[in-house]
Amino acid sequence: MQNEFVPLFYGFHFYLFGLIALASAILFVTRKSPVAAALWLVQTMFALAALYIMMDAQFVGVMQILVYAGAIMVVFLFVIMLLNLGHPDEISDIRGTWGRVIAGLFGIALLAEVGAASRNALVPALQLPQAPTDGAINGTAGVIGPIAGPMFKEYLLAFELTSVLLLVAVIGAVVLGKKSSNAR
Amino acid sequence: MLAESLALSAALFAIGVVGVLTRRNAMIVFMCVELMLNAVNLSFVALSRLYGATGQVFVIFVMTVAAAEAAVGLAIVIAIFRHKKTVDLQNINLLRG
Amino acid sequence: MMNAQLPETGHPLADTVARFVWLLPLLPLLGFVINGALALGAVAKIGPDDPSAGHDHHDAHDHGSGHDDHGHGHGHGHGHGDHHPVRHEYAGIVSLVGPGVLLATFGLAVAMFLAMRGVNMEEPFVLQLFRWMPVGDLKINAAFQLDQLSMVMVLIITGIGSLIHIFSVGYMQDDPGYPRYFAYLNLFVFFMLLLVLGANYPLMFVGWEGVGLCSYLLIGFWFSEEANANAGKKAFIVNRIGDFGFLVAMFMLFANVGTLDYANMAEAAQKLPMGGAVITAICLFFFLGCTGKSAQIPLYVWLPDAMAGPTPVSALIHAATMVTAGVYLIARSSILFSMAPVASLTVALVGGLTALFAATIGLKQWDIKKVLAYSTVSQLGYMFVGVGVGAYTAGVFHLMTHAFFKALLFLGSGSVIFAMHRAYHATHNHDDAQDMRNMGGLKKFMPVTWGLMWIATLAIAGIPPFAGFFSKDEILGTVFARANAGPLSTATLLGVPGHVVLLTVYVIGLASALLTAIYMTRMMMYTFHGPNRTGEAERSHLAEAPWIMTGPLVVLGLLSAFGGWLNLPELLPIGPIGTLEHWLEPVVGVATARMAGSGEHVAVDTEWVLIGVAVAIAVIGMSVAFARLKPAALVQKSASPASEGFAKVLEHKYYVDEFYDDAIVQPVKGISTTVLWKGVDAGIIDGLFVNGSAAFTRALGWMGAQLQTGQVGTYAWVLVIGVLALLGAFTSGR
Repeated sequence: MQNEFVPLFYGFHFYLFGLIALASAILFVTRKSPVAAALWLVQTMFALAALYIMMDAQFVGVMQILVYAGAIMVVFLFVIMLLNLGHPDEISDIRGTWGRVIAGLFGIALLAEVGAASRNALVPALQLPQAPTDGAINGTAGVIGPIAGPMFKEYLLAFELTSVLLLVAVIGAVVLGKKSSNAR
Repeated sequence: MLAESLALSAALFAIGVVGVLTRRNAMIVFMCVELMLNAVNLSFVALSRLYGATGQVFVIFVMTVAAAEAAVGLAIVIAIFRHKKTVDLQNINLLRG
Repeated sequence: MMNAQLPETGHPLADTVARFVWLLPLLPLLGFVINGALALGAVAKIGPDDPSAGHDHHDAHDHGSGHDDHGHGHGHGHGHGDHHPVRHEYAGIVSLVGPGVLLATFGLAVAMFLAMRGVNMEEPFVLQLFRWMPVGDLKINAAFQLDQLSMVMVLIITGIGSLIHIFSVGYMQDDPGYPRYFAYLNLFVFFMLLLVLGANYPLMFVGWEGVGLCSYLLIGFWFSEEANANAGKKAFIVNRIGDFGFLVAMFMLFANVGTLDYANMAEAAQKLPMGGAVITAICLFFFLGCTGKSAQIPLYVWLPDAMAGPTPVSALIHAATMVTAGVYLIARSSILFSMAPVASLTVALVGGLTALFAATIGLKQWDIKKVLAYSTVSQLGYMFVGVGVGAYTAGVFHLMTHAFFKALLFLGSGSVIFAMHRAYHATHNHDDAQDMRNMGGLKKFMPVTWGLMWIATLAIAGIPPFAGFFSKDEILGTVFARANAGPLSTATLLGVPGHVVLLTVYVIGLASALLTAIYMTRMMMYTFHGPNRTGEAERSHLAEAPWIMTGPLVVLGLLSAFGGWLNLPELLPIGPIGTLEHWLEPVVGVATARMAGSGEHVAVDTEWVLIGVAVAIAVIGMSVAFARLKPAALVQKSASPASEGFAKVLEHKYYVDEFYDDAIVQPVKGISTTVLWKGVDAGIIDGLFVNGSAAFTRALGWMGAQLQTGQVGTYAWVLVIGVLALLGAFTSGR
């Protein structure tokens, strides 16, 4: 892929959305207000959705917008509003200077290690320029069919278990959210 | 574009980690975790161009788990808030052994 | 239970009464079980503090421990001012069972003896009972060996034992622990018979340990007094040192010879070089065992203290039987000892030194039982001289005659103490009933005891024709002969030529004989002659003991007087010559011949001279004692001044106990306290291991608890650090 010719227009937008995602993420973690942070995260997700679509993963991109940005983040915002956390706390919820510096260093270290790991072929396939699959080439990979195939064949069990997981989550959420009658 | 995607994925993940480490608001920490999940999704999608659509299946799974996690996690946050009147993690030490 | 296999056919004894040899130990064991059950039953009925509830006999105290007042103030019914004997509720049945089993055993032994005399046996009769310890090459069977030597021992044990059991019926009649006493006594006889009947060293060791246990139990029979309990412990602990020697000897024997059975010992021992280091070491370790059990230097210290037990116990265990086990051991191992001249010389020398040493101490003891105790140590020394120089028959002969006259002396002293104590008891006097200074003139009150004890005294002093003369003379004569010829005279002990050692031993033996005559005469004079030193009130209560006690004394008196006829020397053909020697010839003959070497006999004239010297020395000793001692000058113990000078040293037994205490006991205690207890146990084990591991775990837990802040943020930090470390490890690993 590295040697692949990248059309200028495509490349421009790719970098654009990448930068947007990066910038929004940084803004997200640095906002004091939870509402602002949540909105910046939504922004990040939108940018990522655009990237997904650009990478022939249209279905995932749509899902990103619908489920993540549309559902999950809305729930977050809803909870934030519900708990009246919309304004920044009197004391900052960001740790002190040293905490930030060390956390930043940790982040850089993580990046460096991940980079080193990829270069050192911790993921060996990365270094092998492989021919893309048919679906990737003809642009049909992102449509539902190729996704549904493995999901309902090889990963059927995982899929079914996911439904169980969701059921458990729903029940758990109900139990936790219920006002406990036997609260101490 | 794969290398850039993976780099962005790593960067977003690191930002998520830094957020988890620096923030004390439970909601924001939560959202940082979501960011990290998104970063992972990005690498899945990027690599799916190379290895086929299976990666995208995993993205769907991750989203499902994230949704479940959000449901339960937010329920927990609400329960804690009800109890403690705060979501500041520094004031929550119910896990103390 | 006794799964007696049929004995090997072909042995002349196989079809006789000897096939019931297993009944010999079984009968006393049965008595022990019955009496023990009765003792337990009585304790359960009366209550646990019964045994200490005041016993009437009073010969239990340590020298210098002052006047004990046990038996009084225990609610014992003294309010009326009369003597109220408290019979044990089971006394009747115990009196039947205890001596009864012994008499039955003795009868059986006599029957076997007669059967043995009727056949001509060269080989010992071995009855295999069952396989006991089959471990690899080590095959130890529980087997009994009946031969001439063990027959003699069985007869002594059961015969003297029966007499002492009968005596005990009278002596212990008022003791609350009556069944317990007989249970222990029966158990002792059981183990003693096991000791002499066992067909191998391990079985002998079982008996050896068993009699040690019974000795401990009986010394501390009146354990409510600390001195008695301590005496028992002392005997037990000192004997452990000897037992160590016995064990090592057995180990070495098995490692080097490959068998522990007597039967094929003579053959197997040929593997070892004559007089080599191994055989010498084995014999010396065996002898270490003997010094413990038979109270020789340096382990004799327990025997005088063992007098804390009831007097019949002293007679049976600490004079007649158990303490002679060492002599039996050497006689039984005569094959081995005859191969090790150096070890034999050591035995003879140590025996001689012990004889002299103990005799000097006996000169100045005031406690009548202590005199006899040191006399026993001294006479045991003679026996070891005998077996040391290879006069195994003479050693066993002296063992036998000593059993006669020393049992008589002890039982006689028991009779005296019984009378003294009864008198003191009646008048509520708390004085010492065993101190000779409190006696005197008892001849008038106890004529039978007096006469019989004189017989025993003459016997032990070596006055012919009493028993001790023959046995002692035979030992001394053999020492002299061996000094002139034979392998012993040519061997060297620590660079000293053997004949010098043996001549020294001979002179020491003569000196001891002199001292024996003196201290025995002294004892008799102070006890029975001169004015009576008991109080006026007590005097009217002094009386001869009942017939159940004097009866056995009479029998022992006859044996002491005529026991010498069992082994007459050739020079005095007043009866059959050397009966015992012929009898024991199949057992010890080979070894005796080896020790005698090719040397010709001592000339007859010389032998007459030797006998004359021995008798003269005995007579001189007694005369000196008669001439110099003045019983009239004695005063009661409470009024006596302390001794001065060397007499004081003697009275304090050369301060050996004090020396052992300072040199061994206190250092061991000190090391135990400071190093082992406070250092190792409290410091390292308790401190480091027990408390230390607890503290370490606690510290670890505390550290872990510090991590568990409950702060999710902290966990996140730790998690990230972990991820970084892992990832870093993976990355740098490539």
